[in-house]
Amino acid sequence: METEFEVLRAPLVVEFPFTRSLGPVQSAFLTGLRERTVLGVRTTDGKVLVPPVEYDPATADELRDLVEVAPTGTVTTWAWNPEPRRGQPLATPFAWVLVRLDGADTALLHALDAPGPDAVRTGMRVRIRWAAERTGAITDIACLEPETEKGPQTPRQVSAHSGVFEGEAAVAGIIAHARLDYTYSPGRAQSQYIHALSGRRTVGERCPACRKVYVPPRGACPTCGVATEEQVEVGPRGTVTTFCIVNIKARNLDIDVPYVYAHIALDGADLALHARIAGIPYDQVRMGLRVEPVWSEDARFPDHYRPTGEPDADYDTYKELL
Amino acid sequence: MSNAPGKEPVAVVGIGQTEHVAARRDVSIAGLVREAALRALTDAELTWADIDAVVIGKAPDFFEGVMMPELYLADALGAVGKPMLRVHTAGSVGGSTALVAASLVAGRVHGTVLTLAFEKQSESNAMWGLSLPVPFQQPLLAGAGGFFAPHVRAYMRRTGAPDAVGSLVAYKDRRNALKNPYAHLHEHDITLEKVQASPMLWDPIRYSETCPSSDGACAMVLADRAGAARAPRPPAWLHGGAMRSEPTMFAGKDFVSPQAGKDCAADVYRQAGIADPRREIDAVEMYVPFSWYEPMWLENLGFADEGEGWKLTESGVTELDGDLPVNMSGGVLSTNPIGASGMIRFAEAALQVRGQAGEHQVPGARRALGHAYGGGSQFFAMWLVGAEPPLS
Repeated sequence: METEFEVLRAPLVVEFPFTRSLGPVQSAFLTGLRERTVLGVRTTDGKVLVPPVEYDPATADELRDLVEVAPTGTVTTWAWNPEPRRGQPLATPFAWVLVRLDGADTALLHALDAPGPDAVRTGMRVRIRWAAERTGAITDIACLEPETEKGPQTPRQVSAHSGVFEGEAAVAGIIAHARLDYTYSPGRAQSQYIHALSGRRTVGERCPACRKVYVPPRGACPTCGVATEEQVEVGPRGTVTTFCIVNIKARNLDIDVPYVYAHIALDGADLALHARIAGIPYDQVRMGLRVEPVWSEDARFPDHYRPTGEPDADYDTYKELL
Repeated sequence: MSNAPGKEPVAVVGIGQTEHVAARRDVSIAGLVREAALRALTDAELTWADIDAVVIGKAPDFFEGVMMPELYLADALGAVGKPMLRVHTAGSVGGSTALVAASLVAGRVHGTVLTLAFEKQSESNAMWGLSLPVPFQQPLLAGAGGFFAPHVRAYMRRTGAPDAVGSLVAYKDRRNALKNPYAHLHEHDITLEKVQASPMLWDPIRYSETCPSSDGACAMVLADRAGAARAPRPPAWLHGGAMRSEPTMFAGKDFVSPQAGKDCAADVYRQAGIADPRREIDAVEMYVPFSWYEPMWLENLGFADEGEGWKLTESGVTELDGDLPVNMSGGVLSTNPIGASGMIRFAEAALQVRGQAGEHQVPGARRALGHAYGGGSQFFAMWLVGAEPPLS
């Protein structure tokens, strides 16, 4: 379809810090890193897993038999990372490596500080470079680095470990940051709707099959599953179909409570949109109240709706829109 | 599903859940699900090796930031080397997860399936997960309660239900929870006056008429006829199970009594041969996150005619010792680890017909309905379980 307006696009960053309780095994592992000690766990059949897990991948048994392994190990495979990204262990190009620490039967993923891919090979000996400030996180291992002195080639004996460390309290939880970077586009129909709003007009779309008018439009009728293209201007007045009185302050919203959050069926629309009601005491808002939008400068949406002064709409005129 | 010709009867032979609380800081998520799963295995007197497949469900990913539970939790659930599936239907997920597991048994794909659902609300942020800062859109003005409260008002207007009904539901469910050691809220000094004196959050919904945020997990072992015959305790038999969905917003959507919920219930009753659910079903465990949803769902599920649901609540029919007990466990109003909440409803229905619900047992319960819904009243999942095997 030809469009005479720009389809909108904007960055959308979804970013939350998630807390995580660690449980006994991960707690010991991260507390150990803080104390410059790498702990693994021994499985039912005697293998040592580093990093340790709570439950045996083969038998599903609960695993609690902690052991200490060496801070040195062997690269089992690797990939060069020429352009480190935000939040990665090193700011300069490095190798992602799987390293089997001496005494372990499995490999740990981390970064290897090396001048270039020519300096990395499977089988090379490496050792842990500890972070100067350690908090009980995987980043307490700053990275791995090539072992310069010829160390012992035979795996060191592992030793049993209680998982308990002197000093500060054990690390019981971590905060895991998750972030997703999107480029968001509301698509053709909503872009057109938003464009019309900038002229303070509310334009929905009519379904060619069921004839219902959707506001805001989404480009298709969710009931009939067909594209909607016919533009229909609705409102600006409408009817409060139902509402609630909000008494708790919502996060990041600069609205004094109590306020009324209402469903408003704009004249000509076949479903209600949601908006705030003002210009009337909150406890006088009612179903059937006739309202109109109030715009503020430069806002994309009406700031709120206020009573028009018309008589209330009869229940039968909007009960199908509840 | 179990009554169609050629399908294997499905039995619930093991049930396990955690003691639901506000925060389980002592365990990882793996440790939490493990606890429920082990209790279900213990109930069934089975081991990890007896399980053929695992079906897991949880809340939407960004609620708690676990994107691939089927990867992360395979070790804890003994699923290595076995099929492991993840189900995803917002708040109804616990119910639909159990139904997917049941279908694997009914279709004779597997003989014994472990199904589990969980949530650590203390380590998640449902409010953030539901209100992403989507460009060009107005921010949601009122949170989850603000989404549902206008529909409650619409119900009250439509039916003429008196204001007190919502408080009666909350008072009942919180008292039922006192009999359930797994329930999160144990408000020993609860009174109707306290419920009614609690602050209005989203008028007409009061604080005490809303669900808590909980950490918890629930698991069930489902088995075929042979597995049921070996079970050490009475099984619950699946007589009917169905799922339905509809868009969150569409012209003509009935938020008070969504068509998808009606259709889902009708399908379950058809499978189970139920003509009059009010008379033929002994107990109902339904998903009621805000107290007014009890009378709303009573109508939606066919236990009362339109406009009459609140009368069942008001007259005490839905009390634990009433004629049609509803939310014997204390319900979502007393325990809400969102991802697990649907499965807890299903498990409670099964506990009732197995005669294993302890102090909140409905004496002689032979047929019970478990119900879950989610999204903006968008997903529905229900099952009807019985003490006797299905006919056919």
